[in-house]
Amino acid sequence: MAKGTIIRQDILAPKIAVKVRPGQFVIVRVNETGERIPLTVADKDAFSGIITLIFQVVGKTTALMRSLNEGDFLKDVVGPLGKPADVNKVGTVLMTGGGTGVAILHHIAKAFKEAGNYVIGITGARTRDMLILENEMEYICDELVITTDDGTYGEMGFVTDPLKKYLDERYDIKLVYAIGPIIMMKNVVNLTGKYDVPTMVSLNPIMIDGTGMCGGCRVKIDNETKFCCVDGPDFDGFKVDFEELMKRNSLYLQDEKDSLLFSIR
Amino acid sequence: MLDPNIKYLKFKTFLHTYCPHCKNTLNIEKEDKKLIHFKATYHGEMIDLMLSPYLDVFEVETSIAMRKGDRVDDFFCPHCKKSLLHKGIHCAECGSPVGEVTISALSRLITFFLCTKYGCEWHGLSKRDERNIKLKIPRQDMPEQDQTLRVHNFQEVPYGYTSELALLEAGRCLQCKTPHCVDGCPVNVDIPAFISLVAEERFNEAAKKIKERNVFPAICGRVCPQESQCESSCVLGEKDKPVAIGRLERFVADYERKMDLVEVPIIKGNTGMNIAIIGSGPGGLTVASDMRQLGYNITVYEALHETGGVLTYGIPEFRLPKAIVQFEINYLKEMGVRVELNHVIGTILTIDELLEHFDAVYVGVGAGLPRFMNVEGESMGNIFSANEYLTRMNLMKAYKFPEYDTPKPKGNKVVVVGGGNVAMDCARTAIRTGASEVTVVYRRSRHELPARAEEVHHGEEEGIRFKLLSNPLRYIGTDNNTVKAVECIRMELGEPDASGRRRPIPVKDSDFVVECDLAIVAIGTGPNPIIFQSTPDMERNKWGYIKVNPKTNETTKEFVYAGGDIVTGSATVIEAMGAGRIAARAMHEKLSGKKKAKNRTRVTAKN
Ligand SMILES: Cc1cc2nc3c(=O)[nH]c(=O)nc-3n(C[C@H](O)[C@H](O)[C@H](O)COP(=O)(O)OP(=O)(O)OC[C@H]3O[C@@H](n4cnc5c(N)ncnc54)[C@H](O)[C@@H]3O)c2cc1C
Ligand code: SF4
Ligand code: FES
Repeated sequence: MAKGTIIRQDILAPKIAVKVRPGQFVIVRVNETGERIPLTVADKDAFSGIITLIFQVVGKTTALMRSLNEGDFLKDVVGPLGKPADVNKVGTVLMTGGGTGVAILHHIAKAFKEAGNYVIGITGARTRDMLILENEMEYICDELVITTDDGTYGEMGFVTDPLKKYLDERYDIKLVYAIGPIIMMKNVVNLTGKYDVPTMVSLNPIMIDGTGMCGGCRVKIDNETKFCCVDGPDFDGFKVDFEELMKRNSLYLQDEKDSLLFSIR
Repeated sequence: MLDPNIKYLKFKTFLHTYCPHCKNTLNIEKEDKKLIHFKATYHGEMIDLMLSPYLDVFEVETSIAMRKGDRVDDFFCPHCKKSLLHKGIHCAECGSPVGEVTISALSRLITFFLCTKYGCEWHGLSKRDERNIKLKIPRQDMPEQDQTLRVHNFQEVPYGYTSELALLEAGRCLQCKTPHCVDGCPVNVDIPAFISLVAEERFNEAAKKIKERNVFPAICGRVCPQESQCESSCVLGEKDKPVAIGRLERFVADYERKMDLVEVPIIKGNTGMNIAIIGSGPGGLTVASDMRQLGYNITVYEALHETGGVLTYGIPEFRLPKAIVQFEINYLKEMGVRVELNHVIGTILTIDELLEHFDAVYVGVGAGLPRFMNVEGESMGNIFSANEYLTRMNLMKAYKFPEYDTPKPKGNKVVVVGGGNVAMDCARTAIRTGASEVTVVYRRSRHELPARAEEVHHGEEEGIRFKLLSNPLRYIGTDNNTVKAVECIRMELGEPDASGRRRPIPVKDSDFVVECDLAIVAIGTGPNPIIFQSTPDMERNKWGYIKVNPKTNETTKEFVYAGGDIVTGSATVIEAMGAGRIAARAMHEKLSGKKKAKNRTRVTAKN
């Protein structure tokens, strides 16, 4: 399987499954010499004690994870980490996600649906093979639009195209949730800003401990330094300094692909 | 008859002896053997009597056989034949008359006494002379790795004392009646008692003596700031250098461990009560040890995948080998302490949920949230907090990359901002991972550097440069958004602030630039918010740390105790341990009361 393959794994982690809420993530270490990498929890089943992780194979750690077979163990799984998404009944919400960002989006969308909201979904991928959770999103969303950059599936183009259409047509959208590559979230925020629709984004900087101890995950929110793992990962999209986030993440891109899982999703 | 002024003395010294009358030397060499030679009268006969010149070896040779317990009538100088018998003084062991010689020890002449009884090992000095000798022994240095070699490895820098060095150093202690060093120690280790055991070569007992008050002497001996605690109060420090208490502490703890003399206590009885400890730093581990020994069931919850807190993720291998930390933790496990890794309390379980299963909770989560200066450019990718840098290097073992997957932060010219132990650890780690130039930027002067003196000294030896009285203004980046220099300003010291230290004030137009390709911010930490988010009823003090009753270390939430950095802000290992001890005692008192109350209610119910 090539790099870029998207993998879904169900992990038996009963204590976490009971506690984890939409928007939260876990940190995983595959073996003794492994790195710690953050992975969002795409779904959970408290009853069977399972959490679902979805990730793209981009480097050594994710490749290692992929090589695990059913019944194997991960060395460490710690979580739930981060603040859960603030889920309320607000009316109509628009949930848009790109790449593996759809994994987190799915968990949050599910919660918004359960809270009694009308959920519109727009999910995007680079190409048809990279599209994830289509059936699951279909099931949750009252309306779902799918886009691919190359037009191999759904509408051709970016998620911002149908988003603009929705914003033009519907005046009852109370909240937009955007989760995906930084550039996508930035474009969504630029757009929703024009329509004055509150927009939440979920950020994914470099992380090590995920408990507020290292400061590697620092982001600028409203010109203040915040730690994504304890103050986030969800922030008011209008306050996020995307430029800085992009610069910080790109540094590691040149260096070690593994740590940036998140920025690629 | 015992002379109160003379005391039995035992430490390794070679005695150069002289006749007090004719000043001729009494030392001889016979068949390659060094000896002290006297004439003596025994049953009216003149005999030769030879003694070993080593103070710690007792050997006598006589020209005719003597029976044990017999006395010689008199000692004489073999040169001037004058009697050496001393009229006023008697042996402190057996009360027999004594002979007197002059010895030159540590370039001082002193009077030394020898018992006339054959087989009595007594030889002594007057109190005043003993003191003088001791004052002449210089403070013993620890042998350590060569400074040019050690910057290429992560092995511990000092090798520690040998038993010879430890004996010499222990011999310096004056055994004060009112020892100030004990007051200087935050947990009041009985320092003179343990040092006197060292001097008697009872190293194992010495270790046990320390452990009565301090559970982790091998750790404290290495990381405590002795120069501002016990050693700063040592009377020897007034004129000379203080006794190297920390080095002795480290020596005996290492001896005990290496000789496999550590005994895991057998836990007598079980209270049936359960204690949860949040955080496996030195504070939490102390509570675990104390409470386990009192018969409680202990579970330690740790957020990271390794135990030890700062001892593991912060302090580098070359200063505190991780094997030592793990040894101490295994000791606790053998005692029956349960450890749950990867448990972030506040998210996976809240304190309230813990209280449903546990009779008391100890919060020892440390002050792990790194501070930044919020100056321009600080968000650049290759500017790290000290915690991130050290966590990558120590916890994730990035210095062993690529054996370990975490890549090591690369830097050729490294700037470290701050002046504490944390800053020194970063700087010295950087130099060990290939940096050619490491500069520590600190806003106060050398005198105020909060790091342990030994670390600063080692850092300097390793080539760390210090830009004192300087503070960063902004970071200058490349087009790639990586740091290429830091712009600093000179500072001068003004009036003392609330902490008693003189406040640094910027000097106008004194900007200068230090080039770097990696910057590390080591300016301190604040309280981590996680534990508070789910426990709103645990009050915080005005600095945001947990508020406790200082007598018991109980928080405003009943049965929840706290201590260490999360109460005081970043402090020291030993203070965290001291806080844990106070909490353990109070917890035990309160829980014993609770148990009694429980039993009482049960009894009344039956009646
Ligand atoms: C690099 C460095 C060097 C130092 N050098 C020295 C020195 O030479 N001498 C000295 O005396 N002091 C030194 N210190 C300070 C000293 O290490 C600390 O004062 C001491 O470790 C504090 O102990 P503690 O038990 O309060 O907490 P910590 O050692 O900080 O341990 C707290 C533990 O709790 C865990 N934790 C945090 N939150 C949670 C949660 N919600 N749930 C579960 N677990 C949690 C953390 O992961 C950590 O393992 C140094 C500190 C650093 C950072
Ligand atoms: S004060 Fe110094 S000399 Fe006196 S007992 Fe303490 S360590 Fe020894
Ligand atoms: S990941 Fe270390 S502080 Fe957030």
